[in-house]
Amino acid sequence: MKTAVGVFVLAALATLFALPSVLSAYYITLVLPAVAYAIALLGFNLLFGYTGLLSFGHALYVAVGAYGAAVLSSKLGIKSFELVLLLSGAAAVAAAIPVALLSVRYEKIFFGILTLAFGMLFHSFLFKFYDITGGDTGIRVLRPSLFGNEFKDLDKTAFLVGPFYYYCVGLLAILGFVMWRIVHSPFGLHLVASRENRRKSEYLGVRVRFFRLIAFSISAFYCAVGGAILAINTGQADPELAYWTHSGELVFMAVLGGFANFFGPLVGAFTFIFLKSELMGLTQFWRFWLGLTLIVIVVLFPRGLVGVGQDLWTRLHKR
Amino acid sequence: MTALFDIVFGGVFHAAVLFLVAAGLQLVFGVQKIVNLACGSFYALGAYFGISAVNWAIAAGVPPVLFLPVLILSGIVLGAIGPFIEALLRTVYDRDEAFQLLLTFALVLMFQDVLRYFWGANPQQLGDIASLYGSIQLGAVKGPAYNLLVILASIVIALGIGAFLQKTNFGRILRATAENREMALALGVNARVMYASVFTLGTILGTVGGALVVPTAAASLDMPVELVVESFAVVVIGGLGSMRGALVGALIVGLMRAAAISWYAELEMLAIYLVVIIVLVFRPAGLFGKAVE
Repeated sequence: MKTAVGVFVLAALATLFALPSVLSAYYITLVLPAVAYAIALLGFNLLFGYTGLLSFGHALYVAVGAYGAAVLSSKLGIKSFELVLLLSGAAAVAAAIPVALLSVRYEKIFFGILTLAFGMLFHSFLFKFYDITGGDTGIRVLRPSLFGNEFKDLDKTAFLVGPFYYYCVGLLAILGFVMWRIVHSPFGLHLVASRENRRKSEYLGVRVRFFRLIAFSISAFYCAVGGAILAINTGQADPELAYWTHSGELVFMAVLGGFANFFGPLVGAFTFIFLKSELMGLTQFWRFWLGLTLIVIVVLFPRGLVGVGQDLWTRLHKR
Repeated sequence: MTALFDIVFGGVFHAAVLFLVAAGLQLVFGVQKIVNLACGSFYALGAYFGISAVNWAIAAGVPPVLFLPVLILSGIVLGAIGPFIEALLRTVYDRDEAFQLLLTFALVLMFQDVLRYFWGANPQQLGDIASLYGSIQLGAVKGPAYNLLVILASIVIALGIGAFLQKTNFGRILRATAENREMALALGVNARVMYASVFTLGTILGTVGGALVVPTAAASLDMPVELVVESFAVVVIGGLGSMRGALVGALIVGLMRAAAISWYAELEMLAIYLVVIIVLVFRPAGLFGKAVE
């Protein structure tokens, strides 16, 4: 099983790295947000899948990452993408800690509603305080430098589908590996234990609230990294990123892929982005079909696409 | 004096409509334990359908005085979608609330396009029906009579629900089911009928709310997602599952919004979320909610 996972991951990464030589630039600009969401969902699922806390406000941290990239690049003139990632990630953690301190006192629906309220608080801040945040138009995001290289000879698309794309896939690989280690560490097992039986794990000495706070902060960091990539891809950070429906989309992706599996949310991110863009090309009523897909997944395949794949796999092997 | 009156009058009007939607949310949460994100979609559906209903009424030569009853009736008619949606939700009653929330989120997405399909992407407005009812003068202050009628209608509905829950047999059974589902079912409560009727009632409260507000504001596709957060604020402030909480929460949110808009517009929604967070910090279960474990 372990080797199978390893082979699968290597194959997936090789495919991602090979994609620019196969697909047109248009499709690569679609893969880029999928990579960004995949990173964000790695973090989101630490909280949702492993800790069992459903946040309906994680778009807040995606937005912090996006606005972080915007403010740092166009207002403070910081070019280095590494610095942008670190600083916006740190900002997201700083924003997450007070929210988490309050929210981890709750579970289930109350946790969801409280995080939603915080997300909308940030949204109305972005939306209303025009002088600081640019209101509904948001802030422009300038092209960053990667490892000090500005790639001045490339135009915007060439930069995005070229060096920036490879950089982000590399980032996904590294952050994915780190998250894999986190969820398989004693810390990750503490989270799972407190999800399965809070009282029992408390009795055994798990500091449930503290660990959940840490998990919340890590997930915020990942979401901010995803948000920064998204913002550079579109060249704009706008308040819609913090809206509650965007948080809903994050949950959608996690469930679509299957949140019980480490790789489920990643599969969900890629599937969601392609499904959405294909539907948007086909009909103006894409939300309807997206909603219908979600209903089918929730009602018939609660374990998501990865769950369906696993069932097929075991069925094939039994024969 | 006039400025203060405008704030209070506007706030109470907004609260009256919010109360209806939040009451629907509370009913459904109380009995089915599902937080319905689609409550805002029902509200928007009620608003759009109300416009069409009044336009039909005008075409059919119904006198303008009857437009308010027409609107309420159109909201009630829309309750017909309730049982179908409840049948869908039935599939996830035993599941994790993540699935329940997501299912209603899927409904939000679908309704968005259903509204777009039938009524188009542009905001719809219902002429100047509200002014047909004239305005009322009370000493130095003056306000549109239509808004007053809506406030009165909402009070009547609130009293009606209260009486229904407290005095009728069905209401007692409903409260018993909300209190202890297993026990109620063991005593022979027909869960199917109970759930379907509660959800339909919740739907109607939402659609009537939307229908009542449409003569004073345009119906737009942003309506559902915007109203959800406001009604969430109401139920969180008041306490999940509590009717009295919905009433007090709606008044707080309605008045605060009206006050914020006229004094410092930037604070509009910000103020409401701050109240939500403050309430949750100091009274986690909301003002009238039962303690959460």
